[in-house]
Amino acid sequence: MAKVLMKGNEAMALAAIKGGCDAFFGYPITPQNEVPEYLSYHMEKNDRIFVQAESEVAAINMVYGAAGSGARVLTSSSSPGIALKQEGISYLAGSELPAVIINVMRGGPGLGGIQPSQGDYNQITRGGGNGDYQLLAYAPETLQETVNIVKRSFSLADYYRNPVIIAVDGLIGQMMEPVDLDQKIEEKKSPAKDWAATGEAAKRGKRNKIVSLHLDPYQLEKHNLKLKAKYDEMKENEQQYELINMDHDPSIVFVAYGSMARIARSAIEALKKEGIEVGMIRPICVHPFPEKAFETLPKSVTTLLTLEMSLGQMLQDVQIVNQGRYTLDFFGRAGGVVPESEEIVEKVKTIMKGAAK
Amino acid sequence: MKTKTIYKPTSGLTERDLTYCPGCTHGIIHKLAGEVMAERNLIEEAIGVASVGCSVMSYEFFNCDMQQAAHGRAPAVATGIKRVKPEHTVFTYQGDGDLASIGLAEIVHAAHRGENITVIFVNNAIYGMTGGQMAPTTLIDQKTSTSPLGRKKEGAGEPLRMCELLATVPGATYLERVSVHDPKHIRKAKKALEKAFDVQTKKQGFSMIEFISTCPVNWGINPNDSLQWAVDNLIPYYPLGVYKDGTKDDQS
Amino acid sequence: MKNEEKVIIAGFGGQGVMLMGQILSYAATEEDLNTVWIPSYGPETRGGTANCSVTISKAQINAPVVTAPDTLIAMNEPSLEKFQSKIKKGGLLISNKSLIKDATFRDDIKVIEIDASQTAIDLGNLKVANMVVLGAYLGATKVFEETAIHKVFEKIFTGEKAKLIDLNKQALNAGMAVVGK
Repeated sequence: MAKVLMKGNEAMALAAIKGGCDAFFGYPITPQNEVPEYLSYHMEKNDRIFVQAESEVAAINMVYGAAGSGARVLTSSSSPGIALKQEGISYLAGSELPAVIINVMRGGPGLGGIQPSQGDYNQITRGGGNGDYQLLAYAPETLQETVNIVKRSFSLADYYRNPVIIAVDGLIGQMMEPVDLDQKIEEKKSPAKDWAATGEAAKRGKRNKIVSLHLDPYQLEKHNLKLKAKYDEMKENEQQYELINMDHDPSIVFVAYGSMARIARSAIEALKKEGIEVGMIRPICVHPFPEKAFETLPKSVTTLLTLEMSLGQMLQDVQIVNQGRYTLDFFGRAGGVVPESEEIVEKVKTIMKGAAK
Repeated sequence: MKTKTIYKPTSGLTERDLTYCPGCTHGIIHKLAGEVMAERNLIEEAIGVASVGCSVMSYEFFNCDMQQAAHGRAPAVATGIKRVKPEHTVFTYQGDGDLASIGLAEIVHAAHRGENITVIFVNNAIYGMTGGQMAPTTLIDQKTSTSPLGRKKEGAGEPLRMCELLATVPGATYLERVSVHDPKHIRKAKKALEKAFDVQTKKQGFSMIEFISTCPVNWGINPNDSLQWAVDNLIPYYPLGVYKDGTKDDQS
Repeated sequence: MKNEEKVIIAGFGGQGVMLMGQILSYAATEEDLNTVWIPSYGPETRGGTANCSVTISKAQINAPVVTAPDTLIAMNEPSLEKFQSKIKKGGLLISNKSLIKDATFRDDIKVIEIDASQTAIDLGNLKVANMVVLGAYLGATKVFEETAIHKVFEKIFTGEKAKLIDLNKQALNAGMAVVGK
């Protein structure tokens, strides 16, 4: 199909329909409102379910119910709304239910602002829900990548029986860009949902129970270990990243995701014109963090410069992975301020001056 | 010798032993709900939602597919289920701390949307599982572990009446409050449940049956006297009866 | 068109600023060019300041936010004040003369002033002032052929709105004519 010009939020909504989303439950919040607005019309047109819930909390619990019945389910929100959903996300993970959650990130903490931000990195990679659980967390860069990830996420969620969260900053949600919604993607093979509480106990000859309660600590630990094995499998198989400009012996390598990576690309181009080669590791899946990307860097690399539209959250993951191998540096803007590529260029030059001393 | 079966456990419940305290009326209410669903052949296709509180384990007792919900969220979970499984019977089983306190928004809005589900609401005017704390339904002057001097209107408010509250919600179809303190009332309660599930089967919308229940352990009253205490104290404040019957203007 | 064109379009809510930018991005998409349209968004829907930026490029677009535009289309005075200094040296400013009077313009940029409101009123509808300005922009930059924009009109004005196509075409023409003179 030819590319169509679409707003990010609408493109994500349409991608969800194309990804086989059966039901959407959500609540209005800026800057993601075009997602439910689009779906309120198009889900009905496609004989699927759309419910505007009374709250973020109710929405994620409706997701939990529908996912328990075996449906492919989506909710979307923005930062403070995702905070409210954490309870339900923990239940989804605990009960091993697949679901897709979109977070169109805005500035925080608290009510914060409504401009683009990456301040939810810890929220999406660590989560705020209780207990020993992990999510698959994606942070795409362009609209095309976003759409492909949204489409694929339903099969990933089904495969792992785990929630998948897709975090884009408000910029990706609000901007328009040409996008091909029918690009071929490799779906994860989804096993049959023989565990779902579909109301067919008699036909099945066995009751299905969707439960996260395990009162016996030994039983709960067994459950925790089962989940952990799944998270280990994710870590082995789902690390996704892009290496940029690595074949020019860069000494400095950026680590950046989402819109920040796009801005960093402009900085790489600008520096190249001045004869300075800088590389970039671009995590696409931010949890599990793409550790593998750090194992194959060229010998020329001395410094990893983490770039964020937040103040040092992904930096912590870089520190863990780095294990003292490279010098670490950081540049970030926050609060909804989108940095200019020139600021990154300046930062690189400052680092180089320091190194030359 | 010929044997004749005159009574047997309902197939609406599993063979698991109930975990409720002796003398508590959860057992009777489970049995009634199980019977009604079994007699109407609903149990084969039903999906139940267990809540948080004493009935947290109800997913082990109802003989159908079950999902366990976070505290207060059962009506939202049931909404999610019912929307993707509209041809199946969907019910929640919730206590008064769950439904009337932390889950107030979810129950009001499920009724408000007219979700075609059945809510079994067990009101014993106290938090049971967590150890007898004050609930929104706790009576004035009733002593609990968080109102040791008795509930005071000032600061704690007066007890919430859920049937009366939901009766003001346009989307609710059938609301009735019943009691299970003696055989006569148990029979009446079963009729109410039959009505509620029939409302759902006929796709007439939201139904809730509120059961006046007991909590001998946390009330500190023996089981027999607990039943009498409910009759003397709870029922006067929470009068029994039908609070809304939207099926009457719906006889097409 | 040249390899890359970056535009900021600014005015107040209700002037059709967002639509002007979207039309450019739609045309770019039709011609299989890369494009990004970014709105400024705020709590107010009408009457507040509104601006959008558009990048059109033959190459992949990196940083999506436009900080130094090739062209600024200023529909009112606050927009001119806010963005004039950001225009690239040798860039273009299209200034809506109907609302921007006695302004001081930079002397290192090309300035086109257009009385968009009056031109639109002459056509019978003040609302198409934005398309008059868009016409002037196309005339001055030749980023797209007129027919490319006509195709976009036919795509976005459907159903009830289809009757607006002719009026918008006329407005576009009128704007182009101003620059052509």
